Amino acid sequence: MNPALVPHAVLLSLALFVIGALGVFLRRNVITVFMSIELMLNAVNLAFVAFSRSWDRLDGQVLVFFVMTVAAAEAAVGLAIVLALHRHKDTLDVDAFSLLKG
Amino acid sequence: MDSVTAVLFYAASGLALLSAMAVVAQRSPVGSAFALIVTLCSLSVLYGLLGSPFIAVLQIVVYAGAIMVLFLFVLMLLNVKREEHQPEGRGVGLLAGGLALVFLLQVGAVVLASTLQPGSPAYDASTARMARLLFSPDYLYVFEATSILILSALVGAVVLARKEPR
Amino acid sequence: MEDPLLNQLPFLVLLLPLVGFAVLALFGDAIRDEETEARKSGGQGLAFRLRAEGTRGAMLIACVMAIGSFALAAWSVARLLALPADARFYQPSLTFDWISVAGFTVPMGLLLDPLSSVMILVVSGIGSLIHVYSVGYMGHDPERVRYFSYLNLFLFFMLLLVLGGSLPLMFVGWEGVGLCSYLLIGFWFKKESASAAGMKAFVVNRVGDAGLILGMILAFSALGSVDLLELRLGAEGLAPEAFGAFGPVTWVCLLLFVGACGKSAQIPLHVWLPDAMEGPTPVSALIHAATMVTAGVYLVSRLSPLFALSETALAVVAVVGTATALMAATIALVQTDIKKVLAYSTVSQLGYMFLACGVGAFWVAIFHLFTHAFFKALLFLGSGSVIHAMSGEQDMRQMGGLRSKIPWTYWTFLVGTLAIAGIPPLAGFYSKDAILLGAWGAHKPVLFGVGLATALLTAFYMSRLLFLTFFGRFRGSHEAEHHVHESPASMLVPLVVLALGSVVTGWGWERLHMGEALNLVLAHAEGHGAHPSWLPVLATLAAVVGIVAAWYAYVMSPEIPGRVSAAARGLQRVLEEKWGFDLAFDWFAARVVVGGSESALWKRFDAGLIDGTVNGLGRFVDAWGRATRGLQTGLLRGYALLIFGGAVLLLSYLLWIRPA
Repeated sequence: MNPALVPHAVLLSLALFVIGALGVFLRRNVITVFMSIELMLNAVNLAFVAFSRSWDRLDGQVLVFFVMTVAAAEAAVGLAIVLALHRHKDTLDVDAFSLLKG
Repeated sequence: MDSVTAVLFYAASGLALLSAMAVVAQRSPVGSAFALIVTLCSLSVLYGLLGSPFIAVLQIVVYAGAIMVLFLFVLMLLNVKREEHQPEGRGVGLLAGGLALVFLLQVGAVVLASTLQPGSPAYDASTARMARLLFSPDYLYVFEATSILILSALVGAVVLARKEPR
Repeated sequence: MEDPLLNQLPFLVLLLPLVGFAVLALFGDAIRDEETEARKSGGQGLAFRLRAEGTRGAMLIACVMAIGSFALAAWSVARLLALPADARFYQPSLTFDWISVAGFTVPMGLLLDPLSSVMILVVSGIGSLIHVYSVGYMGHDPERVRYFSYLNLFLFFMLLLVLGGSLPLMFVGWEGVGLCSYLLIGFWFKKESASAAGMKAFVVNRVGDAGLILGMILAFSALGSVDLLELRLGAEGLAPEAFGAFGPVTWVCLLLFVGACGKSAQIPLHVWLPDAMEGPTPVSALIHAATMVTAGVYLVSRLSPLFALSETALAVVAVVGTATALMAATIALVQTDIKKVLAYSTVSQLGYMFLACGVGAFWVAIFHLFTHAFFKALLFLGSGSVIHAMSGEQDMRQMGGLRSKIPWTYWTFLVGTLAIAGIPPLAGFYSKDAILLGAWGAHKPVLFGVGLATALLTAFYMSRLLFLTFFGRFRGSHEAEHHVHESPASMLVPLVVLALGSVVTGWGWERLHMGEALNLVLAHAEGHGAHPSWLPVLATLAAVVGIVAAWYAYVMSPEIPGRVSAAARGLQRVLEEKWGFDLAFDWFAARVVVGGSESALWKRFDAGLIDGTVNGLGRFVDAWGRATRGLQTGLLRGYALLIFGGAVLLLSYLLWIRPA
């Protein structure tokens, strides 16, 4: 196998993570923010798989498995929350939900 | 053989990168969702190339198949319009961009400076081995705990999404 | 030779009363309510009978558990005795550690050897008899199920105390019996004096327990173990200077003896025991005469190899024990409450046991503990029978002439009195003679003299009790006289069994050479010298003189006591005030502790320093919150950005600054 693949996969993971983070910071739509978070999770998964390959251990992949499980649970609850929010405020703008302002 | 792998790898990487940018840059949430599906699928290809067939299939089934469908459902249910264009304050954009750049450079430097092993050719991540590890005492309890997590997420989602009786 | 069964039997001995307690405690209220319900609605058939007799069933369960525990205890002791003498100790243990922290390990292990054998036989045997007796005595109390659940719980903790293989495990039992004692003294908690007595017992015992805990800690740090067997090895491995007059061994012994003083009611912590008589009489017999209060004697004997290494500790034990024996005996002379006399008698006899420990005759202390358990339980149960006959009256001035009306109680009580007075060949004679011999053989003539005087006093006040209660004319009201009746069989059978025990245990002990068996595990002085033949004669003579004097003063010419007390008013006052211990404690607690707490601790320390600190912290947090609330924008993405910024800063620190 090409020895450069693993570091390049890690670099790609880094790039995807930063793109996802920027999405979280700059987008207003709750659902888009949510998707950006999924993107960040996937970036981390890619890093896990790459390291798992590099160190010849399966534990990284097991972690990916668990991340996916948690992501599924999170998506279900998160989207339910989005539905509830939308019902209350009739908008999906993140900045509209600022009840915790000090 | 090796060169085919390399071509596929970089092609999928590029596709993932472009579609990820599209996810963030799109104005239309539905467009973002489709772009994200493309990202997820190209990541699945990368997993396959990195020798993890189980995760690759799981990626398609769980992420692209289940989670993203859920997203599209909600988008259609709420009939989400394009995001109204409300330019961010310059300061926030600059700050976010600056931080992201610093982060990118620092971590990138670390990755480039490190000497990552390419991994042995005999790497075996078959589903059978995965299952054996997953059900070994190391992970069995965590695995069982995730089932409880999913169950409570299920109940929680139902409770949250239900219309409150007036 | 190994007997694998002995690694399990002791746990079963413990388990039975615990199960009984669990069943009664969990279902007690339900059983009682069902019974009330069923009795009210009426009915027939088996199901109804079961419901309507629920509390009787509960009492039966408690008795069966106690007797079963005794049977198992007897079986294990029999198996133990079948082994050769040097193999007679077992350390049955559950396979896990109770505590395991940094070199400090306490296994869930018991210890079965001749000493604990004697103790479990006494505890479960007397305990069973008192369970049976209680069916008659407490059978009509509305809270009888609760009573029996406590009794079973007490049995469990007491057995744990004597079977525990290490100080901490023993301590669990020690505290457990203290708890049960508190619960049972205050059993009739609606009576104010009863709940006050319960609290007094609890608080005074805490003082002793503080000593016990400190002793355990010191034992671990100085001797390196809390295991009962290893403690001795640890002590023997110490440098010679550790055995000085106030070396660590002495301190361990003295601190543990403080604990023993609390539980076994020795000066100055004896004040709780007489008040403990507020509890039901069978409880006084079981807990406050036969078993729990002897735990201190057991503790000192169990650690006798340690005590034997310290002359100072032994001297303290002997002096405290002897002083307590004499003091309590003098107080018993003037008490008019039948149970109070017995209570002070118990304190006095416990002092006797510590006297034996203090002169190095530990097996004799256990011997006296053994015989005392029988005759004192007998006397208490007999007094319970008298109180039962008198419909709750406890004042001996209201009694008299009961001999012919309750003959069974009288005859068994007579046996008990003669036994405690030390008339041969009853049990008390043997053990008292052995104690006096121990004091004489250890060349302690003063202790011997005080012991002999106490024996005389014991015979006197016990005979006074007997004569005032059973002889002469009835002094109570006509109505009360008409009401006097003999107790039911469930109460008389234990009396008879205990009376037989009071007759034969002393002789039986000697015949079975129990002393030699115990000496394998207890420290003992070598070569006591010959048994002077005048000693038993002298001891008997003291007892006879005491009895005859009481006969003369209370039966022949009953005007003598009044004349004597008129002549010695000062002494009478001192004795009636119990040498002033309660007054002193009152003064100390009310003035010094409460006053000091109020002016120094509460007003200065608590209100000033503690409250000031807490309020100051509150003000600081408040001000800080006001200053930083602006950061809390409520905007989600702002928070995300802050987190990310923090992460980047942390990363920069890790990459560029730290590894330098």
